[in-house]
Amino acid sequence: MRHTPLHNEHQPLGGKMVEFGGWRMPVQYGPILEEVRCVRKRVGLFDLSHMGRFNLTGPDAVAFVDRVASCYCARIPIGSIRYGLLCRPTGNPIDDILVYRSEDEVFLVVNAGNADADREWLLAHADGFEVTLEDQTDDLAMIALQGPLSEESLARVTEDLDLSQLGYYKFARGTVCGCPNVRVSRTGYTGEDGFEIYLPTDQAIGAWRSLLEAGQASGMAPIGLGARDTLRLEAGMPLYGHEIDAEHNPIEAGLKFGVSFHEEKGDWIGRAPLEALHAAPSRALVGLVTDGKRVPRQGYALFDGEGSVGTICSGAVSPTVGKNIATAYLPLHLAQTGQVVDMDLRGKRQACTVVDLPFYSRKRS
Amino acid sequence: MRPDDRHYLPSHEWVKTDGDTVVFGITDFAVEELSHGNEDDLVYCDLPEPGRKLTQGETFGEIESVKAVADLNSPVAGEVVEINKTIEDHLQVLAKDPWDKGWLIRVKPDNTSMSHLLDAEGYEASVGEADE
Repeated sequence: MRHTPLHNEHQPLGGKMVEFGGWRMPVQYGPILEEVRCVRKRVGLFDLSHMGRFNLTGPDAVAFVDRVASCYCARIPIGSIRYGLLCRPTGNPIDDILVYRSEDEVFLVVNAGNADADREWLLAHADGFEVTLEDQTDDLAMIALQGPLSEESLARVTEDLDLSQLGYYKFARGTVCGCPNVRVSRTGYTGEDGFEIYLPTDQAIGAWRSLLEAGQASGMAPIGLGARDTLRLEAGMPLYGHEIDAEHNPIEAGLKFGVSFHEEKGDWIGRAPLEALHAAPSRALVGLVTDGKRVPRQGYALFDGEGSVGTICSGAVSPTVGKNIATAYLPLHLAQTGQVVDMDLRGKRQACTVVDLPFYSRKRS
Repeated sequence: MRPDDRHYLPSHEWVKTDGDTVVFGITDFAVEELSHGNEDDLVYCDLPEPGRKLTQGETFGEIESVKAVADLNSPVAGEVVEINKTIEDHLQVLAKDPWDKGWLIRVKPDNTSMSHLLDAEGYEASVGEADE
């Protein structure tokens, strides 16, 4: 199992370590629900060094990304970031990714558990493109600050970069915790304001400790993958292996914003079937809430009367909503706000109500 | 060492004789596995109705935490005579004291033999490897 550069920091902070995507990661440091609240109200610090990071360079880097990814890379302004997916020829994804566009390079952030498959897929489709892929996963630590007090916390240890001027889904470079030229992006996977920073592995421990210290005055706490999963689900963000996978396409998952059918983007892998789906979807990803104490979990079956109509993709106790929440695919005629379906909870039925996604969206100032 | 006044299943349930009835519970190890040391992470416990007949090894309920759900298995056969009502609404009691106040159900056993179960030493050995 792989260890991040911050591995030895977690247990002294109370971190309970679990296997995730081939890495040994902290699932929680304290109660998961408290960690969720900390990020919604204050600020949380995350070790995300397990995420795969690839840097693409060469004259065809942008054209290559436009061939293999669903978003329109050539149209991403320099210094901006877009969400996209690497799709199979069927349109169903291999992974979902973030695409950072620079003048002379394209930087991709991918899921830990898919990183090897992604790298192979990218290399297998690079023929004819003048592009070089550098896997920077081991060279860079990735740390996120998430929550309304992220900016004030990170600003205490940042020089040469005015964070207040860095817009959502934009990135820039600055000196963070004394480390020069650090990539800082205003991104995250929680639905809160926040930042993700990428710095050399040998600087990771020093920066992690400095960030925790700088965040003390803002009530910062380290946050594990358990709360991260709840936070992203509350914010309606998909997780590969749950909402999207080899059997579930981005269109019916509600991810059209990350899929470009722009004519100038040209043909890309998965485009044709996704265009067809866009014209005639048969199901839709919905949010579900339940009043029951029991927690919806992946794989639980959904029923409309006696007929099986779907299965749960993700579920969680949501401290923000105050109910248990879930996502699931339902046929279009049932994917309507207010529709009630039954969830089979290991042999017992529990009514769930369809609600609009996301469950939670922050108020933008 | 876990209490040696009772017997155990490898799936982390305990059974303790109390007069002509027996009491079932789960071990500190099970609680830790479910809640990672955070008592508020336990969210739900489903216990059977008094009067229900249980066979040995039968699933009599479920316990659920924020991130996991586990079956509760019956160490011996018998009839449920009482459930710990406190648990259903106050799972912290179970998290804090799985050995006494956090008992789950009381059962009138079909027979008093415990020879198919682990004693404390055997249970220690069975969780020893997983305990790190």
